[in-house]
Amino acid sequence: MADNKMDKNDALSFSAPNSVDQDKRNFLITATACTGAIGAAVAAVPFVGSMLPSERAKAAGAPVQVDISKIEPGSMITAEWRGKPVWIINRTDEMIADLARHDDKLSDPNSDVVSQQPSYCKNADRSIKPNLAVIVGICTHLGCSPTTKMQAGGDMGESWTGGFFCPCHGSKFDLAGRVFKGSPAPINLVVPPHQYLNDTTLLIGVDAKAEA
Amino acid sequence: MKTNNILKNCLLSLAFLPLIAFANETAIGVTAPIDATDYASLQRGARTFVNSCLNCHSANYMRYNRLKDIGLTEQQIKDNLLFAGEKVGDTMKVAMNPKDAKKWFGVAPPDLSVEVRARGADWVYAYLRGFYRDETSSTGWGNCVFDPQTCKVAMPHVLYELQGEQVMNHETHQLELVKPGKLSPSEYNAFVGDLTNYMAFMAEPAKQQRKHLGIWVLLFLGVLLVLTIKLKKEYWKDIK
Amino acid sequence: MADKKIQSTTGLMGWIDARFPLTSNIKNHLTEYYAPKNFNFWYFFGSLAMLVLVMQIATGIFLTMHYKPDAEQAFASVEYIMRDVFGGNIIRYMHSTGASMFFIVVYLHMFRGVIYGSYRNPRELLWLFGVAIFLCLMGEAFFGYLLPWGQMSYWGAQVIVNLFSAIPFIGPDLSEWLRGDYLVSDATLNRFFAFHVIALPLVLLGLVAAHLIALHEVGSNNPDGVEIKAKKDKKTGIPLDGIPFHPYYTVKDMVGVVVFLIVFAVIICFAPEMGGYFLEANNFVPANPMVTPAHIAPVWYFTPYYSILRAVPPVMNSQFPGVAAMGLSVMVFALLPWLDRSPVKSIRYRGTLYKKWLALFLVSFFVLGYLGTVPTNVWGQLGDWSNGIAIIDTKERATWVARIFTAIYFAFFILMPWYTAKDKTLAVPERVTY
Repeated sequence: MADNKMDKNDALSFSAPNSVDQDKRNFLITATACTGAIGAAVAAVPFVGSMLPSERAKAAGAPVQVDISKIEPGSMITAEWRGKPVWIINRTDEMIADLARHDDKLSDPNSDVVSQQPSYCKNADRSIKPNLAVIVGICTHLGCSPTTKMQAGGDMGESWTGGFFCPCHGSKFDLAGRVFKGSPAPINLVVPPHQYLNDTTLLIGVDAKAEA
Repeated sequence: MKTNNILKNCLLSLAFLPLIAFANETAIGVTAPIDATDYASLQRGARTFVNSCLNCHSANYMRYNRLKDIGLTEQQIKDNLLFAGEKVGDTMKVAMNPKDAKKWFGVAPPDLSVEVRARGADWVYAYLRGFYRDETSSTGWGNCVFDPQTCKVAMPHVLYELQGEQVMNHETHQLELVKPGKLSPSEYNAFVGDLTNYMAFMAEPAKQQRKHLGIWVLLFLGVLLVLTIKLKKEYWKDIK
Repeated sequence: MADKKIQSTTGLMGWIDARFPLTSNIKNHLTEYYAPKNFNFWYFFGSLAMLVLVMQIATGIFLTMHYKPDAEQAFASVEYIMRDVFGGNIIRYMHSTGASMFFIVVYLHMFRGVIYGSYRNPRELLWLFGVAIFLCLMGEAFFGYLLPWGQMSYWGAQVIVNLFSAIPFIGPDLSEWLRGDYLVSDATLNRFFAFHVIALPLVLLGLVAAHLIALHEVGSNNPDGVEIKAKKDKKTGIPLDGIPFHPYYTVKDMVGVVVFLIVFAVIICFAPEMGGYFLEANNFVPANPMVTPAHIAPVWYFTPYYSILRAVPPVMNSQFPGVAAMGLSVMVFALLPWLDRSPVKSIRYRGTLYKKWLALFLVSFFVLGYLGTVPTNVWGQLGDWSNGIAIIDTKERATWVARIFTAIYFAFFILMPWYTAKDKTLAVPERVTY
């Protein structure tokens, strides 16, 4: 401690810097702050990323294969994909014909909202194969699962030609999942990405390679 | 006080950290040929693991698609390693019911996902080479790596066709090969070396990534250190 | 001191200051908080402890999003974090490394307090808050260590909870109440989780706030142990040896932070197990109540006290003296302000007698710490000669070494009033040396 001088004077231990120093300081502060900010942003990546779907969630949400050979015309089965019900409806020719007859009652008859189906299903019956509809059974209003009302008429009224009715807030959809006017649901039911591996096997969750 | 001195002191005081970091493992006598960058070895080990170990042991925390980290494509995993009905995102489950396993072997075969972290790679390597004929044991095999006191082990020697049969020379306490297997001793060592290498990868698949990440982090912190030292020096000009 | 300042800020700050004392808080605790100018590197560890606390809380929050406090799922959920969660391994290693680094930083911080007499008048209460933080931290580490539900977690908790059963009369009921079962089980895991993630962190944060408030009330000590408030500028009332904490110590602490982060990053990225000291190999085996590992030891930061526990022999078949000695070995730090009778604070002006005792204490702390990590038979047996004189039943060398160093450990405290008063001290300067 020999080189440490004992401070006996009465002045304060610190003093304001001159203007040259001040400029250098401002530069160093900016440089350190920017570097630190970059570091903080990168350090946030694992934290923010940890809230994304994990490998387990991704594995559980992997595409599912469904055997479609046993769906009777006019009936449907429900598959599970990413925890959501996916309806596979085998529509009769009559049902397909009915789809074209009520366009005026629909909010979006031509399925113009892009996010509600893959481009290869933006057609009159919203499907790859006209008789087979693949639809996520979750109401686009607030996420309830609509009830199946396949039969024409009945408690849905004289003009009903078959479709789906959401018990939560009364949204109505036809057999292509298109929403009827006057429903609280804003857009048509979602068609998930899907492809046919062969005549009897449907793969839900991934587009055919040519489409992707 | 000068920043240099502060740094020197600071580093010195933290320098005792590595001192406490010496490994306290018991001597095994062999060193496993671990090379996390040798994808061919890791892939051979993965095949052996799936074909031989996975019959009785699970690796419930290891997903098949993680094998992409050792250079396999999803299609290769599907074609070569998956059992019927399994998906590439599944974990390495075992078909055997743990209750049955316990009935057959006396203990349920442990899950091997993190075995290398629990035992060390050298132990696993020595263990896989350490089986010898012991007619007094229920499986017909002993292994002094598993239990140096009794040399008893519940697991039979699954790879004996490859290694052949060893016996314990009770005078020298060395293992001697009395009946050669399909592989020569050096081939067998390389074979279980690959397997150990794979199991070391499986115990912590992200190990290589964190090491690569570490280099970038240190480079960045080096830059930040220079800046903060300059900043500190600049401000401390004011102090008399 | 308590003068009402006339509001001088405008704009947004003015709006806030009319409603919340932001500017005055910044002044009181940063820009016009005057710290001695002669801090050396020992003074980094306080701010570093704060940094580690913040990191532990941040990483802990994100771990809680994935961890399952359930005996069936806990071990698997940790491996799930390590493998399946994006960035999960980094977050988990930050937390596990942070636990050990917390103790390293806090031990160095405490040692600083010891060598420079930072616990002396008027900082006794500041020191007591610090000791309380240390105790709380030990609890936090103990409860957290059960959560991975590996073999070391399980048997460590089993042993420590069973220590409580050595307490006379209420012991057995007490440990059963702590466990909520007849052995460490799902119920224990669940409540330890609650203690670890919410109960103790709340207490810890409160104590840290009290520690800082007390510090800023009395002001920092320094390596010379000189009170800088004794010599103030006549006009401004600023201590002549004081400098504003901000910017001078903020820029200086940043250097310490970066150096610390370098060490931290090296451990996380290249040696997260730290040779089995930060993450133990046996903890990669799921908890099994049927099989105890061959050798169990606490994590390194508890081993000095664990050594003391093992060193004290049972009296009349009761383990209580050992448990009491272990408890006392931690609590005794709280008595330092009243044990130290030296006329000087800092080690710079103390005599050799004190320095010798401090060196003895340090050696015993490290030797006890080492012995706590190994089995008691590590250095073999003493041989037959002890049989004749043995009032106490053990013949292991390591146990006897631990006993000797336990005696030194406590002698450092018990004899402190004597040797600090007797010590030949040097003259303390009026002002700090810089």
